[in-house]
Amino acid sequence: MKAAAFDYIRPETLGAAITLLSKHGPDAKLIAGGQSLLPALNLRLSAPGLLIDIGRLAELRDITLADRTLHIGAGCTHAHVMNHPIVQRHAPLIARALTEVAHPAIRARGTFGGSLANADPAAELPACALALDAVMHAQGPEGPRRIPAAHFFTSLFETALAPDEVLTGVDIPIQGDTQWGFAELARRTGDYAMVGLAAVARPGTIRLGWFSVGQTAILAHRAAAILTEGGPLEAACTALADDLPAHDDPQASAAMRLHLARVLLRRVVGAWGER
Amino acid sequence: MTSITLTVNGEPITATIPPRLHLADFLRDHLGLTGTHLGCEHGVCGACTVRLDGAIVRGCLVLAVQADCCTVETIEGLSDSGEVADLQHAFAARNALQCGYCTPGMVMTAQDFLLHAPADASRAAIREHLSGNYCRCTGYEAIVDAVETTLNARRTS
Repeated sequence: MKAAAFDYIRPETLGAAITLLSKHGPDAKLIAGGQSLLPALNLRLSAPGLLIDIGRLAELRDITLADRTLHIGAGCTHAHVMNHPIVQRHAPLIARALTEVAHPAIRARGTFGGSLANADPAAELPACALALDAVMHAQGPEGPRRIPAAHFFTSLFETALAPDEVLTGVDIPIQGDTQWGFAELARRTGDYAMVGLAAVARPGTIRLGWFSVGQTAILAHRAAAILTEGGPLEAACTALADDLPAHDDPQASAAMRLHLARVLLRRVVGAWGER
Repeated sequence: MTSITLTVNGEPITATIPPRLHLADFLRDHLGLTGTHLGCEHGVCGACTVRLDGAIVRGCLVLAVQADCCTVETIEGLSDSGEVADLQHAFAARNALQCGYCTPGMVMTAQDFLLHAPADASRAAIREHLSGNYCRCTGYEAIVDAVETTLNARRTS
């Protein structure tokens, strides 16, 4: 249960980190909070030759609100984000979802961007990013670029980031008349969910972001379209069978997952009441 | 090998260590602070809980090199300073430990709860805060009792 040997560098700037990442290629890995990476290293599921520590870069730690856009720096810890007054007021879905991420000692270290870039299909934040129609900010040797959340999570633990790109932050569009809901089912507090839902209703659009239902966090388009058009909740529940690639695993069968997903959709959307 | 400088339980420390060494191993093997226990070494059990710059963390999920220039407090520090004397007494009085393996991490996490919790915090809130610390002996009831007792005592003192 000890990590294999590796070298370690803590660059002073994001630019230096990107240069190092370009230079060392796939043998290097970024570390920020390390709350997913270090278990993988300790279990020897991963053995990079070099860790590039971006955990102290102040330029990745901003939380700002401007032009109806909330920006959360990738290096902010979960604890910092969930307790931040701007996030609590303007993106309460994020603050709520983070209360379900592991435990206080993990949330003190784990980072917002780290969780998104890790793209664990059972993690809460990717589903929130999809539901909120967030935009990812990436930076690489060629400069910055923006990636819509809907195009970011490409496969199991895979994202649209190039090998030499760093996720620097996330933009979340803020609208006054937004309803949101969050629910997940796990056997124990802090465990990964068997199924979870982050839902956002804005004028004219409902987005249902699901996690622990497949290879990536996923939007349920058919169910959301039914709800957006004012259709019955039960029809949306039925449509989930086509939306979610529910799978069997040791935690739950596909049939149980689909059943639980419908339970969550009724809880979350039912609580919104008459629309 | 990498050189680090940090403060551990108020004492300045400089050491040269391999980057792969995690903080809990550094505390135990290099500094002899064996109160920090190792259970799972992948962030699940909470036995290695220590304070890093004031916040509780998993000692097995922080590299010692990441603690460079930081302040670390362990169960030895909290115990020697008397910060958790009442909590330790409550653990003993309520029989909140049997084998004691989880106890240092449990006390670190419980103290973190007590420092931040509202005075009227519920047993459910105690359970939730301690949910990342495993105990295989007590069934948790006595641990929650001890934390609740300390919460009530501190409120009235």
